[in-house]
Amino acid sequence: MSQSSLKQTLKDLDTKKISIRELNQDYLKRIKEKENLNIFIHFSEENVLKQIDNLEKDNSAKKLKGIPIAIKDLFCTKSMPTTAASKILENFNPTYESFVTQKLLDEGSIFVGKTNLDEFAMGSATNTSFFGNTINPLSKENEPLAPGGSSGGSAAAVAADLCLGATGTDTGGSIRQPASFCGVVGIKPTYGLCSRWGIAAFASSLDQAGIFSHNVEDASILLQSIAGFDQRDSTSAKVDIPNYFENLDDDLNGKTVGIPREYSIDGTPMEISQIWEDAIKFLEKKGVKIKKISLPHTKYALPTYYIIAPAEASSNLARYDGVKYGFRSDEINSLDEMYENTRAQGFGREVKRRILIGTYVLSAGYYDAYYLKAQKVRKLIADDFNKAFKECDFIVTPTAPSAAFPLNEKQSDPIKMYLNDVFTVPASLAGLPGISIPFGKDKNNLPLGIQILGKHFDEQQVFNTALSLERSYE
Amino acid sequence: MKIDKNTINKIARLSRIKLDDKESEDYIKDLNSILDWVEHLNEVNTENVEPLSNISSSILPKREDVSNDANSSEEILENAPDKLEGFFAVPKVVE
Repeated sequence: MSQSSLKQTLKDLDTKKISIRELNQDYLKRIKEKENLNIFIHFSEENVLKQIDNLEKDNSAKKLKGIPIAIKDLFCTKSMPTTAASKILENFNPTYESFVTQKLLDEGSIFVGKTNLDEFAMGSATNTSFFGNTINPLSKENEPLAPGGSSGGSAAAVAADLCLGATGTDTGGSIRQPASFCGVVGIKPTYGLCSRWGIAAFASSLDQAGIFSHNVEDASILLQSIAGFDQRDSTSAKVDIPNYFENLDDDLNGKTVGIPREYSIDGTPMEISQIWEDAIKFLEKKGVKIKKISLPHTKYALPTYYIIAPAEASSNLARYDGVKYGFRSDEINSLDEMYENTRAQGFGREVKRRILIGTYVLSAGYYDAYYLKAQKVRKLIADDFNKAFKECDFIVTPTAPSAAFPLNEKQSDPIKMYLNDVFTVPASLAGLPGISIPFGKDKNNLPLGIQILGKHFDEQQVFNTALSLERSYE
Repeated sequence: MKIDKNTINKIARLSRIKLDDKESEDYIKDLNSILDWVEHLNEVNTENVEPLSNISSSILPKREDVSNDANSSEEILENAPDKLEGFFAVPKVVE
């Protein structure tokens, strides 16, 4: 028996068609069968069984009672270690719970495990993890594919039906791109909607928690559960969180969709241009007005991102010094040597690369030329969207410039790897909500994703459009 | 070339990351190629543009300035690689 809809499972639990124990044992069985995909950094059957025991004793009504959820291993959890996929946090056991995971626990969900990711969420293929690659569950035998990244483990966990939903974080596309690669739904809400408290920080002005799920309805249920104001995150927004699920409405008649001309990029595979056109045609049929828009600074988004994100990372990751928690090198003849060896041995190659570049662009004499310049271009990129949203209600683009690529595809050129985020980074810089939903397949039958972007805190419109497109595709 | 051997050593030192010679060479190559690429930003006229540092700055709520005790020192020290009498312990700094 496989339950692949959270909404349906909640009904089945409610009507006692299935028990919490039966449901989760089914998931446990599948998790053990799929161990070879290396989706989880931490999985303990005993821990899951303990959670089931506790819930069975709990008579209170809870919105997500008994629902198996996978947690990206970037969220601090008291009941499980938290590594950020880095050797430097290999033995870290948080003494506190992140805001997002606490909300999910309060609603009665069961954490099936901590999912793999790129080290400190820096990557687009879940191949920079200290704990090895995750394999995309859609891979054919002997042709392992990357699940995307950085939240590749969470996307894969949903795709392999090892949970009914998963948490992710998205800094430049780390939820939307793996969702596209794994054929699941992934939403990054507006910056500030979900508290970042208890999430290992990468680039604080961009990091945002979000959700992976099997379908749009499930995503709307789960996002509502993790959203909310938290005074421990100074950028957390004090806004009312609507009941996204109750308010879902796939009637888009009279709305206007913006189609940015700058997202037609040379070298984009035909199939991706095709699904984009299909989505536009479908929206037109639903009574949506098509508006060509211009986001003129789009081509500067990636270079802007690759200054700002490493700069913030170099500052955020200064805390990993072998003093307060995590790994400490054995070669420690002096304090400086302890820092330098701990960080040399504790961080992987991509993380070091980003710390070095971030340190450089923030260093005396270069700050204005790089960091400040990037912040100014970021303003222009955000303004592009503000102007565009005066003419349209939402924007539709492809999610990623390719389908899932082979796991062992050499990505020695960092810039080529960074291009994976070409369609997702601009909205991250502007702090806008974005969702990726599966929409069509390529010639190898691999899923492709369509991205829907909305105005700040207009997740409802994003969900509504996604639901409408999802139904058209079904 | 913006990054040479001296520069990479300086950045590595500022970052407190020890690099061996092979790594230094690799990073010189990587960083130069990344910096050449981000150089595109110089095409953009940013005169009189305010830098955007925080997307949510317009909606930041204020809070009461009250102290609270969220964590015990025991919890804070729990993950320390080395601790001594309620403090983090590090290699001797002063002779």
